[in-house]
Amino acid sequence: MDMPVPDAAILARKGRIVARLRALLPADAVIDDAAEVRVYECDALSAYRCPPMAAVLPRTTAEVSAVLRVCWEEGVPVVPRGSGTSLAGGALPTADCVILGVARMNAVLEADYQNRFVRVQSGRTNLSVTGAVEAEGFFYAPDPSSQLACAIAGNIAMNSGGAHCLKYGVTTNNLLGVTLVQMDGTVLEIGGPWADAGGLDVLGVVCGSEGQLGVVTEATLRILPKPEGARPVLIGFASNEVAGACVADIIKAGVLPVAIEFMDRMLIRVCEDFAQAGYPDCEALLIIEVEGSDAEIDEQLALITAIAARHDPVAVIEAEDEAQARRIWLGRKSAFSAIGKISDYMCLDGTIPVSSLPHVLRRIGEMSVEFGLAVGNVFHAGDGNMHPLILYDANKPGDLETCERFGAEVLKLCVEVGGCLTGEHGVGIEKRDLMGVQFAPEDIEAQLRVKDVFDPKWLLNPAKVFPLAVTSDRRAA
Amino acid sequence: MRPTTETELAGIVTAAAAPLLVRGGGTRRIGEAAGQVLETSGLTGVVLYEPGALTLVAKAGTPVAEVEAVLTGERQRLAFEVPDLRGLLGREGVSTIGGVVAANASGPRRVQAGACRDSLLGVRFVDGTGAVIKNGGRVMKNVTGYDLVKLMAGSHGTLGVLTEASFKVQAVPEAEATLRCEGLDARQAVAALAVAMGSPFDVSGAAWTPADGAVVRVEGLAGSVDYRAAELLTRLGAGWSRVEGAGHWRAIRDVSGFAGREGAVWRVSVKPSDAPLVLEALAPVVRDMVMDWAGGLLWLLVEDGTPGAVVRGALPGGHATRVRGAGEGPVFHPEAPALARVTAGLRARFDPKGVFNQGMMG
Ligand SMILES: Cc1cc2nc3c(=O)[nH]c(=O)nc-3n(C[C@H](O)[C@H](O)[C@@H](O)COP(=O)(O)OP(=O)(O)OC[C@H]3O[C@@H](n4cnc5c(N)ncnc54)[C@H](O)[C@@H]3O)c2cc1C
Ligand SMILES: Cc1cc2nc3c(=O)[nH]c(=O)nc-3n(C[C@H](O)[C@H](O)[C@H](O)COP(=O)(O)OP(=O)(O)OC[C@H]3O[C@@H](n4cnc5c(N)ncnc54)[C@H](O)[C@@H]3O)c2cc1C
Repeated sequence: MDMPVPDAAILARKGRIVARLRALLPADAVIDDAAEVRVYECDALSAYRCPPMAAVLPRTTAEVSAVLRVCWEEGVPVVPRGSGTSLAGGALPTADCVILGVARMNAVLEADYQNRFVRVQSGRTNLSVTGAVEAEGFFYAPDPSSQLACAIAGNIAMNSGGAHCLKYGVTTNNLLGVTLVQMDGTVLEIGGPWADAGGLDVLGVVCGSEGQLGVVTEATLRILPKPEGARPVLIGFASNEVAGACVADIIKAGVLPVAIEFMDRMLIRVCEDFAQAGYPDCEALLIIEVEGSDAEIDEQLALITAIAARHDPVAVIEAEDEAQARRIWLGRKSAFSAIGKISDYMCLDGTIPVSSLPHVLRRIGEMSVEFGLAVGNVFHAGDGNMHPLILYDANKPGDLETCERFGAEVLKLCVEVGGCLTGEHGVGIEKRDLMGVQFAPEDIEAQLRVKDVFDPKWLLNPAKVFPLAVTSDRRAA
Repeated sequence: MRPTTETELAGIVTAAAAPLLVRGGGTRRIGEAAGQVLETSGLTGVVLYEPGALTLVAKAGTPVAEVEAVLTGERQRLAFEVPDLRGLLGREGVSTIGGVVAANASGPRRVQAGACRDSLLGVRFVDGTGAVIKNGGRVMKNVTGYDLVKLMAGSHGTLGVLTEASFKVQAVPEAEATLRCEGLDARQAVAALAVAMGSPFDVSGAAWTPADGAVVRVEGLAGSVDYRAAELLTRLGAGWSRVEGAGHWRAIRDVSGFAGREGAVWRVSVKPSDAPLVLEALAPVVRDMVMDWAGGLLWLLVEDGTPGAVVRGALPGGHATRVRGAGEGPVFHPEAPALARVTAGLRARFDPKGVFNQGMMG
């Protein structure tokens, strides 16, 4: 993975830069010791590491603004960081950068139940947003599997999704406003607790901009009343194709489950061994969850199981009680840990039209043979967001590279069938060099212009998202 | 000018030396803009429709009615309930799907299913240099690169001419129920609507007018709708009852009560609980009102010529757009200076020659 050569002139001025930052923040909020900055050397894409020049941990929007202003004056690149759970290398430092971590900014600023929103500092973790409002019967809907750890800041930057997005949408559909600090220290208030933008939808383009347009310090989030109840049903099928066809029929029928999760044979076995969830031994299974009162759930599940019955299911397990519901989800939720236990793996995130599911799964199976690496599939089937997990051996020379080539081929396939490179994890450094597969040069140029407007010096997280060759002139200017 | 292909359109924009006025059906344009008319009505047709994947792609000049007819054939619909403001604005013509996107036009179901921008999966457009640009796609989840799809939604033709849009669509539910209560004032209505919206019963409409009272809607499977309607009636208390027909929602969506009446029309977006305060402050000039989105959206019929500063001065937050009639001050709500710099920067970058809808959104 290429990263820009660190700027020797910046490194030579490290003492002065750090001193200026120390003048702005409490002593423990500026870290430049070579051993201590290692904490920030990578995110969850841990194959790539690079300690930053320094890290700062501000507590307020004013502190963020002051820090950015100094970095702007000094021409120092800044990489914003939430909790460092990015799977795309979005928070990977460069050796000449300052990491701006928002972990200390985790306050709830306002919870308004009548108007159904909460305003938080951006370092607050996803799950603790729900934690702050659930006593009043509300929750924050986007639920990435990493929700215990990941921050709202990272969720906004990546426009993160989760298992329940099928009904509630992803981050961008639940975000009402942000306080955004531009690289030169300018503080922008965008949106708020009203429905839409008065002018251009700037909020819409900030969400998902991977820390390249500004640092989000506060966010206004829509909260929803908790449903009365929820219940999953697990349905096993004799083939991936049949499971895929069943998904399409359910969607067409107009029932809107909150989640439709898919697992193939390999994942079913690995998860069953790991979690003893009681999964049937079959080629493919769907976990479908619906919400409402008991009677409403019965009504929806009756419709769903009737549709499934037309696809000759090999098993239908409706959760009888809370404990069984938990067990059904346990297998799915431990998928990454279960795979991690048996092998190193790379998790892809391409999205495809639901109708292409059978074709794409078949092709991935064929590629697995071609590349000689095993692959398992677990994903959000309702919206076509795939998560093929490619297994490799980090200790075997060349295996990671083979895995990356395999991954790239899968993502190209996703684009070929009308899908995209990433459905929820973001581009970061991981898919940066594949952007040309999905976009023509003009498409990319249009995106670069947005960054030109927000960050004309190209100092914010500059080595991400776009191929380096495409951005080199802008970064050098 | 009326190009019939994207390439022809791109050629026109590339060659343009003077301002262009982008027009879909011309049924909804608000705001002042001058220039030679560039019509999109030659770019028509549903390009792709996959009911099983809930996706539809159409060229920008496709009539909204055509899109809706295609969807109805499969018992599907656009979730955001496209308003028909022809009556309100006193215009005739054929609304286009590109115009809907350019205005981010969204009806009562926005409180549950989101706005047009939330259903929009991808766009193709021609920018001010004549380049054809695509962003997003036709899949439900997509975070590849920046989200220019949202930026284009509601951009009123100031950043580019849309040539194609793809949408996530929705199955038409089996049943719906409307609950109504007459005789509430704005303050009581907002309080009641907040109770409904704060319940777990998945409300898909929450509105009020002085003449017809407050209305709440639920949709879904028949048994579920009956259950939720009954539960809501219990929570909402005396005065509420279940009523027949969907007419209430069409009237609210299209603000049809203002059609043909004298006066300027303002569209005000506020925090729902601020709606009664705004109405009280503007009582001297307001002649009629429609409150949608549980209070988050106010359509106000005010005395023609009421200055923008008066309307905007009454808002504790949010924004107000003058969609019809006269009144001192800009049509669109002025942005704070720092945000206005970003907006101006985006326009300058996407439309460096300044050919699109000059004077619009300024
Ligand atoms: C602030 C504001 C809010 C509005 N809110 C609503 C609302 O909530 N509900 C509602 O129904 N209407 C709303 N409108 C009116 C709105 O303009 C339309 O609803 C729109 O749907 C019309 O379709 P049309 O084809 O007749 O477009 P036109 O009347 O021809 O054009 C509408 C606007 O879109 C632009 N435009 C049209 N086609 C394209 C294209 N292909 N590419 C780029 N730009 C294009 C035009 O330049 C013009 O600015 C709003 C308007 C404004 C200004
Ligand atoms: C086990 C596991 C499961 C996961 N499951 C899911 C899932 O189900 N769905 C999903 O969508 N993702 C998932 N992820 C990916 C990851 O958790 C998300 O991308 C998350 O939103 C990252 O949040 P973070 O706070 O950790 O951000 P970081 O990793 O710290 O940063 C992510 C990006 O955000 C930028 N950023 C951080 N803070 C700011 C700020 N204040 N202002 C501007 N930009 C900022 C960074 O520069 C970087 O580009 C998973 C990750 C793991 C490890």
